[in-house]
Amino acid sequence: MDHAAFAESARAGAAAWDAGAGLPAEVVRSVADAGFLAADLPVEHGGRGWSATEVGELCASLGGVCSALRALVTVQGMVAAAVLRWGDRGQRAAWLPALAGGDRLAAFAATETGAGTDLSAVDTEISATPGGLRVRGRKVWVTFGQSADVFLVLARSGGGLRTALVEADRPGVTVEPVTGQLGMRAARIANVRFDDVTIPAANAIAPPGYGLSHVAGTALDHGRFTVAWGCVGIAESCLDHTATHVGTRTQGGARLADHDAVRALLGRCLAEARAARAVCAHAAALRERGEPAAIAETVLAKYTASRAATAVSEHAVRLHGSAGIAPDSTVGRLHRDAVVMRIIEGPDEVAERHLGDHALRRRR
Amino acid sequence: MSSQFSPQEVDGDVLRQVRAFFDTALPGNAIGADDDYFALGVVNSLMALEMVTHVERAFGLRVETEDLELDNFRTMNNMARFVERKLAAARG
Repeated sequence: MDHAAFAESARAGAAAWDAGAGLPAEVVRSVADAGFLAADLPVEHGGRGWSATEVGELCASLGGVCSALRALVTVQGMVAAAVLRWGDRGQRAAWLPALAGGDRLAAFAATETGAGTDLSAVDTEISATPGGLRVRGRKVWVTFGQSADVFLVLARSGGGLRTALVEADRPGVTVEPVTGQLGMRAARIANVRFDDVTIPAANAIAPPGYGLSHVAGTALDHGRFTVAWGCVGIAESCLDHTATHVGTRTQGGARLADHDAVRALLGRCLAEARAARAVCAHAAALRERGEPAAIAETVLAKYTASRAATAVSEHAVRLHGSAGIAPDSTVGRLHRDAVVMRIIEGPDEVAERHLGDHALRRRR
Repeated sequence: MSSQFSPQEVDGDVLRQVRAFFDTALPGNAIGADDDYFALGVVNSLMALEMVTHVERAFGLRVETEDLELDNFRTMNNMARFVERKLAAARG
């Protein structure tokens, strides 16, 4: 099944997943069976060798229907990208095929109550212990943390920040589900405690000192890219829902679309959605060419697309009137999700600072 | 000539291509070939990864996890020496 058809098949369930216990295990399995997890891994590591553009289009399809489906692809892709880039030969062989096949579900455990935007402030600690490494700390807002088999944990250590893979079934790992948050309600978010969890030294990814800049940096770069495309999906989906609504809904004998103000707002939404797609396509092209600027242009894509998604979804809610704020409102759900996109993988103001640096270096 | 201060002559072309990254990323910078730009605080978090991509693309090599020793990336001269070692290893 291609991803557009898959997304269409998920449309009927999305509202219930959002209102209930989250993305069901059988749906997660079907995403894996369709080959959508870590599809950009090379074939020799179990992936499908998809281009950045192909992964982007997948995320737009899923994101337009259910942000949790897109988030599943995002978190699995983030951890797979980090292990591909900074794992050694043995670690790639041990983890990547299992991640691509969905036999192991991964989550990225970085944020803490005292370390969000500034991840260098993490307090979780990895230290040497007889038989390997010991992990101690508490992570919050771990997307798909409730269902993850393994966590990529960012922690401080003697030699600087470092990362390690911690299996969820190790003694000392406690998963606390998060519920009732504004958006991404189906994404099985959890807070996770690591109480002196012992892991083999072979679970450490990259040496101390490279955990944030390189390992987490690679994961977050991949995450920004897929979130950006998910936001394109949100914006385009809200535009479609709204065009249908204003084109068919009549009030006092006139279609909503017969009002100039409504058509103008719809035009603004089209411009936002189209611009977001173009910026994301540009980032995808740079990634495919392996250009160093791809990292900053991906920040730009996520910044632009998440702003477009919140703006378009907000207009969509208002143009739907009371239907937009109803409990079963699709555009309402997409708007709640879009607001979360403005925060995860770096809020606007942090992106703006990086983009300012990027603008300075582009001057000639 | 070699001494403990210059363990290995740095190839001028390699160094020029390493410097090209900094001249693009930090226009007008005055970083010397032996300056520790991490210690100077001029390299932000995104640049560390960009640096890796630049070196891989400019020299057609792959930076592996085993190459992640801070000394390899701390100064332009160190990075140039690292590139030369990788290229020599690739030649066999």
